[in-house]
Amino acid sequence: MLRRLLTVLCCLFAFGLLSPVAHAEYADVVLNHQAEKNGMRPVIFPHWFHRIRFRCKVCHYELGFKMRAGANLVQMEDIINGKFCGVCHNNDIAWGVENCDLCHSGKPGLPPGIFGGHETSGPGRW
Amino acid sequence: MALIALSAGNPALAGTWQPIAKDGLHDPKGPGASLLQHPGEALSRLTPDTAGNQVRWVQALDKGEINPRTNLLPDTKVRTLDLDVLLDLKGSMPIVRFPHKAHTEWLDCDNCHGELFGQPRIFEERTGGSNISMLRILEGEQCGQCHGAVSFPLTECMRCHSIPRPAGGSFQSLMPNLGN
Repeated sequence: MLRRLLTVLCCLFAFGLLSPVAHAEYADVVLNHQAEKNGMRPVIFPHWFHRIRFRCKVCHYELGFKMRAGANLVQMEDIINGKFCGVCHNNDIAWGVENCDLCHSGKPGLPPGIFGGHETSGPGRW
Repeated sequence: MALIALSAGNPALAGTWQPIAKDGLHDPKGPGASLLQHPGEALSRLTPDTAGNQVRWVQALDKGEINPRTNLLPDTKVRTLDLDVLLDLKGSMPIVRFPHKAHTEWLDCDNCHGELFGQPRIFEERTGGSNISMLRILEGEQCGQCHGAVSFPLTECMRCHSIPRPAGGSFQSLMPNLGN
């Protein structure tokens, strides 16, 4: 009986029904290797918002973002100097870096990673 | 099977998107929660899906519902390729049709076939040259770097395994030009 219950719970978890971030929009990325250490909220990067406006290849081919979440060391200094996010987030194509809270908008304590994907709604793992 | 049905019937996955302040990631007390666009506002206007972002991104692009930029740098060569590759010819699942066209509308050749920014090459260019394995895909390698993370998830088996295997026939009947 207990074993059956555990199996059901595992399956529910695998399909994202019990996950604590089950409602995160698919492919949202949390950047928090450095943000909170430096007194800022974690960054939430929404893939859905960006891919309406840019094809994957713009960021992942032209701008130098590696595909795997967590593989990129994205630092404010680089962004301010016009690299990575700063290629657009410069008050020309998108809002500039002085609008801190629009990117640094995550709940305190979030672990970095990609959400809504393997860990929450698929049979595999990221 | 019942669980798959349960998952598919979950109202949280059927054409509804959480507002920013309730998505479990954004801080409802932060200024961003009231200023940022809600996914539902943008995504509900696009061709619907039952998985991932609940958007058929490839169709949305094909139909002109969205017109995302191909490049920012003027010197970038925007490369596309219209070539289907059939994969998993000898397996038991339906055959996989890999459409380069849909992929290169979004990605550059080098994203999969190059060694960009120090990342290892994912797939060899020669058909049959990459040891593609469902296990590795499920672990987030190969196709699984995107499918299951950003592009449609691995619960949608038949979207890739889309060509029925000819009953009692050989896969070569699907590819008459392949020879032996």
